[in-house]
Amino acid sequence: MAHPNQFCTFYLDKLMFGVDLLKVQEVIRYLELTEIPLAPRVVSGLMNLRGQIVTGIDLRRRLEMEDRPEGSFPMNVVIRSGGGAVSLLVDEIGDVIEVAEDSFEPPPETLQGKVREVILGVHKLEKRLLHVLDTDKACETSERTESALVEG
Amino acid sequence: MDDLIKEFLVESNENLDRLDSELVKLESDPSSQELLSSIFRTIHTIKGSCGFLGFNKLEKVAHAGESLLSRLRDGKISLTPEITTGLLAMVDAIRTMLDAIQATEQDGNEGYPALIETLKRLQQATQEAGAKPTSPLPASESPRKGSPESTKARKTNAKPPEKSPAETASSPSTESGVSAPHDPPESERRRRSEIAAPSALAPADDAASAPHGHEETRASSAPSETIRVEVHLLDRLMNLVGELVLTRNQITQFSARQSDPNLATPTQQLNLLTSELQEEVMKTRMQPISNVFDKFPRVVRDVAMSLGKQVQIEMEGKETELDKSLLEAVKDPLTHIVRNSVDHGIEMPEQRIASGKRPEGHIKLRACHEGGQVLVEISDDGAGIDVVRVRNKAVERGLITAQQAAHMTEREILNLIFLPGFSTAEKITNISGRGVGMDVVKTNIDRINGSVELQSRAGKGTTVKIKIPLTLAIVRAVIIQSSGRRFAIPQVSIQELVRLDGDSVHSEIEQVHGVPVYRIRGRLLPLVYLSKELKLPKHMVDGKEQDDAANIVVLQADDHLFGLVVDEINDSEEIVVKPLSNQLKGTKVFAGATIMGDGKVALILDVVGLAQSASILTENREYALADKSEELLETESQDHAEKETFLLFAGPDDGRMALPLGLLARLEEFPASLVEKSGNEWVVQYRGKILPLIRLDIVLEERRTRLRHKIKNVEPDPLQVLVCHDAGRTIGIIVERILDIVEDRALIKSQATREGVQHAVVINDRVTELLDIPAIQRIAEENRSLSSEHAEVID
Repeated sequence: MAHPNQFCTFYLDKLMFGVDLLKVQEVIRYLELTEIPLAPRVVSGLMNLRGQIVTGIDLRRRLEMEDRPEGSFPMNVVIRSGGGAVSLLVDEIGDVIEVAEDSFEPPPETLQGKVREVILGVHKLEKRLLHVLDTDKACETSERTESALVEG
Repeated sequence: MDDLIKEFLVESNENLDRLDSELVKLESDPSSQELLSSIFRTIHTIKGSCGFLGFNKLEKVAHAGESLLSRLRDGKISLTPEITTGLLAMVDAIRTMLDAIQATEQDGNEGYPALIETLKRLQQATQEAGAKPTSPLPASESPRKGSPESTKARKTNAKPPEKSPAETASSPSTESGVSAPHDPPESERRRRSEIAAPSALAPADDAASAPHGHEETRASSAPSETIRVEVHLLDRLMNLVGELVLTRNQITQFSARQSDPNLATPTQQLNLLTSELQEEVMKTRMQPISNVFDKFPRVVRDVAMSLGKQVQIEMEGKETELDKSLLEAVKDPLTHIVRNSVDHGIEMPEQRIASGKRPEGHIKLRACHEGGQVLVEISDDGAGIDVVRVRNKAVERGLITAQQAAHMTEREILNLIFLPGFSTAEKITNISGRGVGMDVVKTNIDRINGSVELQSRAGKGTTVKIKIPLTLAIVRAVIIQSSGRRFAIPQVSIQELVRLDGDSVHSEIEQVHGVPVYRIRGRLLPLVYLSKELKLPKHMVDGKEQDDAANIVVLQADDHLFGLVVDEINDSEEIVVKPLSNQLKGTKVFAGATIMGDGKVALILDVVGLAQSASILTENREYALADKSEELLETESQDHAEKETFLLFAGPDDGRMALPLGLLARLEEFPASLVEKSGNEWVVQYRGKILPLIRLDIVLEERRTRLRHKIKNVEPDPLQVLVCHDAGRTIGIIVERILDIVEDRALIKSQATREGVQHAVVINDRVTELLDIPAIQRIAEENRSLSSEHAEVID
């Protein structure tokens, strides 16, 4: 399959990320979340998306970033995944952009840890870098990932 | 895949399922032309279609079967078990080939030459045999065969065009009821009526073919009334109705807050329509349990044949319907139980005759609706389960202690069979039947919120009762709150609700070594605080904790009851169960999620998972073995337990015993000379009444063995007697010495170690046994009758 060249972009603490546009079901404003006790830390809760129950993944936590400052509400990037829809909670939504295939580069060797398996690489845009996310990996919250995050 | 092939597969598979049961039925009723024709038609249809679709190997096998069947149908040969086996093997072969077609669109590489050969040989072999009359009623056979009219009648039966999907749909219902357990009188009668009518052949034939023709007409008019619909369309429909139910709930809630009658009426209407729609859509997913049941005659026949047993199977309530997904889920457990019944339950024919039973074993399957659930009963008249052996084995294997075993009811002991550790106990399996994989059966049934119950009487047989919910998608649940969050608890797991107000929260929730319990009708109910279990933050109302009331939801998980303490109990509602996403598969305390009337998401608690995480149930469902001696040594005290006043006294062998002062009426001393015998009872005159005396040393000893010696023992003079009131009676308990009256927290430390003792507790830092007055009285009662026997012996 050819590399996707259309991305839905969003921001997490100034960094620009993108997911394959074809995998995005929709982008919506903040929805109220029902927290799930005892759930992995990266799972921020369940939301009611027009009668569909969608699991929210806090992408900041998944990428081992600092928690979102209190009082700010995340936006939802709803992704179609094998086990039903999953929403990635992000800070801000960007544009849909088209990129040239040759602007892609894998992540540098110095990018280590859990983050590396979630970030496929970057597209070099004119003024900034677009981080390309592996959506399947981003939605993964296995116990292994979870315990690693807690320990880290 | 080609639509044509798809259609062919679906249709053929359904036909084959029917064929299995029809063949077995035919075996018990070989003269049934009706059955033979139907079987012949089915095979013919398959043969015809696969010739058309180009599945040559399949066609050959079907052809061989068809030839054999046509000889049977024409009465050239008669049915033998060998032929049935051959035909069943053919059904299996066809099924295998259909699977191959499903996977590869080819009918596989296997040509089944051996099977075809066998089928041909069977044709030949019995033809010769058939020349000499082998049928039980040869005399009647020939005139029947000779009659041209009756042959014509049979032909008409076989003639109608076979390939009608509606027939497939309608046949289970027309054949519902029993799978014709071998019923000689019935077939005999039919045969006789045919013999008796040679002179009036025409009317007899009319009578025979009339109901038939009727059936046929109904079948042929049916196509317009049924259509095939893909299952996933129904699933989708069900989901949509689920959404509709949720939206309806939201509107109803909103409407309840409005006073506009213009809204109220349509809302009510919407409410009604939605419920009706929900019901109807649920019905589309319902399938008769015969889809599963119809496989059993074949299973029973195969297992019975291989073991040399004779088993009949009877089925009742085959038309009982339940959700398709549930039907799939119970298929394996049911098959397992039926297999087990034949394998272990039913004895060998000789053995059965020896124990005065008919040589044929009998298995009965019964399905019915009961209180919103489907009840499936599988009973056999086999050897039953030997309770004593089960108990001994369980103790031997360390699944329970001897102490626990002594207190278990028969039912509880039978349920031990469902313990995983038990099922591997081969010896038990051989001797008393059942066991292998029963834990798997239970796990599977539990998974769909069902329950399994076992009843057995040694020598009489065993009955397994399975209760299955009608559907999984929509359940009635009670909504509760804890720490400001809402959770749903499926109503089937809830036994009762208890509310404690104000002060009673502190006085009625007691502690067993720091573990909270609540007394419910004399039994201690372990309590689980939901907020603690889910590690929820403390809920503050106006800056202070809410603790002035407690609501206890009494839940049943397996055989264990426990109380779930929650902040609020709201309402019961119909909720639509939505599965949790993969990210949350690890959280076993939740069974799913649902959307509430206000549009918010609430989690559904998994009662069994919750019980496991709170250690009410150990994960592998084994009975926990408490190490008592260690627990006894612990003397950690609890500050918030209430103090109680106890009378301390020395029991037999100078053991420290205690009685709560509240139970004691008076302390008395009687000189031994005042003790009189009334019958076998020791009594003393006390305040103008006769006071029966109970001797603790006898009651608490291993009584039966030592009874004789103890009777002769010398008593201390005067006697120290505790006068107690219990259940309207006044009794005196003779003890060695009164020690003290103390105040202590009744920290129960361990279970009783012998009968007549309620608990072992620590009072004033020493282990003390707490007397159980009702138990003592009971034992004394038993002793009285025993000692009367001994008295006679001694005299």
